[in-house]
Amino acid sequence: MAEIFTAAFWAEYGGILAEGVWDTLLMTGLSTLLAYLIGLPMGVVMILTQPHGIRPNRAVNAVLGWVINIGRSLPFIILMIALFPFTKLVVGTKIGIKGAVVPLVVSAAPFIARMVETALSEVDAGVIEAAQSMGASTFQIVWKVYLPEAKPSLILGGSVVLIAIVGYTAMAGIMGAGGLGDLAIRYGHQRNVPSVMWVTVIFLIILVQVVQSVFSRLSVRIDKRLK
Amino acid sequence: MSEPIIQIQHLSKTFGGGAEPVHALEDICLDIRQGEIFGIIGLSGAGKSTLVRCMNLLERPTSGAVLVDGKDMTALSEKELRLQRRKITMIFQSFNLLMQRTCLKNVCFPMEIAGVPRAEQRARELLELVDLGEKAGAYPAQLSGGQKQRVAIARALATDPKVLLCDEATSALDPTTTASILGLLKDLNAKLGVTVVVITHQMSVIEEICSRVAILDGGVVAEMGEVQEIFSNPSTDAARRLVYPGGVSISQYPASTRAIRVSFNGGTAYQPLIASVAIDCGVKLNILGADTRNVGGKALGTMLLGLPEDSNEAAKALSYIRSQPYITVEEVEYRG
Repeated sequence: MAEIFTAAFWAEYGGILAEGVWDTLLMTGLSTLLAYLIGLPMGVVMILTQPHGIRPNRAVNAVLGWVINIGRSLPFIILMIALFPFTKLVVGTKIGIKGAVVPLVVSAAPFIARMVETALSEVDAGVIEAAQSMGASTFQIVWKVYLPEAKPSLILGGSVVLIAIVGYTAMAGIMGAGGLGDLAIRYGHQRNVPSVMWVTVIFLIILVQVVQSVFSRLSVRIDKRLK
Repeated sequence: MSEPIIQIQHLSKTFGGGAEPVHALEDICLDIRQGEIFGIIGLSGAGKSTLVRCMNLLERPTSGAVLVDGKDMTALSEKELRLQRRKITMIFQSFNLLMQRTCLKNVCFPMEIAGVPRAEQRARELLELVDLGEKAGAYPAQLSGGQKQRVAIARALATDPKVLLCDEATSALDPTTTASILGLLKDLNAKLGVTVVVITHQMSVIEEICSRVAILDGGVVAEMGEVQEIFSNPSTDAARRLVYPGGVSISQYPASTRAIRVSFNGGTAYQPLIASVAIDCGVKLNILGADTRNVGGKALGTMLLGLPEDSNEAAKALSYIRSQPYITVEEVEYRG
């Protein structure tokens, strides 16, 4: 393991490690972004359609709840394999970053939906009622009350989502997606160069620490309830 | 008298169908006049919060009509209802401010929703109006309860409403702060002509600012009228319970007691009635209970007096008391 401090190690593996880091960041960022585009509205709809929501709708709430639960009950690795035909249909390939993003999004979106639902449920019902009493439309209540009032909680939820997706990308790596997971398997396991695996582990630890502390601090800083 | 701004006609609200529906409100009829401060008082569970929510249709009545400024709220489309709600705004017991917005932005909020231009300038004026001009940049978490309610009032006034609904608006505040908020509401009513509807369980709030009051009991209007009238002579049990919560009730006394209820109806001061009866008639009366108060400089209240057993003496005292000004007497039965 000491060899990771040598120039020779970096000369040999620096390039692929950098590429792996980049691929991991790209996959994580891209899938988180796309997953939020789907999961956020799902979470919002869950809140609006709940029995005491501002648009109660038992059918929509129940069906969407089912969909979310199904999405969340499949282990990522199985979901990824099951989705191969769908992935191919959508992005034209099963492998690489493109191929990984599809199952990552499908897997993360229901998770995000629950995160968002939880965050929004913390918004005081009285504040929602006040907005209704002023004649706010449903869209205005979502856009100007629910989301801004829940922002600190949404950001904290975002850190949990990001870190979970980093973990998923490693699994995607096994199935040919590239990134750090791929390196760890190919070099650390198959070619018996454990140092490469250790570098990826160290990098992942740093990445998670940074994401968590940045998001936690941000959440506290923007929360005006705490001042 | 001016036209009613709110007319509630045969309004009923039932929660939950099924086997055991709850009749929160039953056949409520009341008119609230333009520019008055109208009180709705009742104990918890009397239905007053439901009633006020039926006025801006946060709760949809099961039957009956709610006319605000001549328009039947129950007949409006969703969009029309949203527009109409700008005319009948609301403040709450828990203030319900947006915690992630400054005071200024809170006051801007209803104007943003309504698409009013130059909202910020008007919001500043409104904060000045409620004496919070210097708190424009502060967040609600930095304010006291009274200040939060002032921001909520400024916010409620932002769309130039005709009616301001106050749902237990002072119930979370200490007595001093309550007085200052009530003073502000009174001021705004005088200055802007906004009709104020006050929902409360505190008689003192009604005394302080309302001109008329409706007493809600078990989902029905038990009594309604001028505050002074109701205070001086509560004619229903529900009203008596609220006006004299200490309970000057004959049922607490032995069956042998022959008692009268003496009501002071607004003389400028309390007459030394008991002493007068003792000196002028030589009859000793027993004070069983009393609850008196000063409303707008007038002496109001009731006393429950036990009459002597000697019927001659009793008759003498009774006729003496009946001859006094600003006093009405009624003999009460033991109902234990």
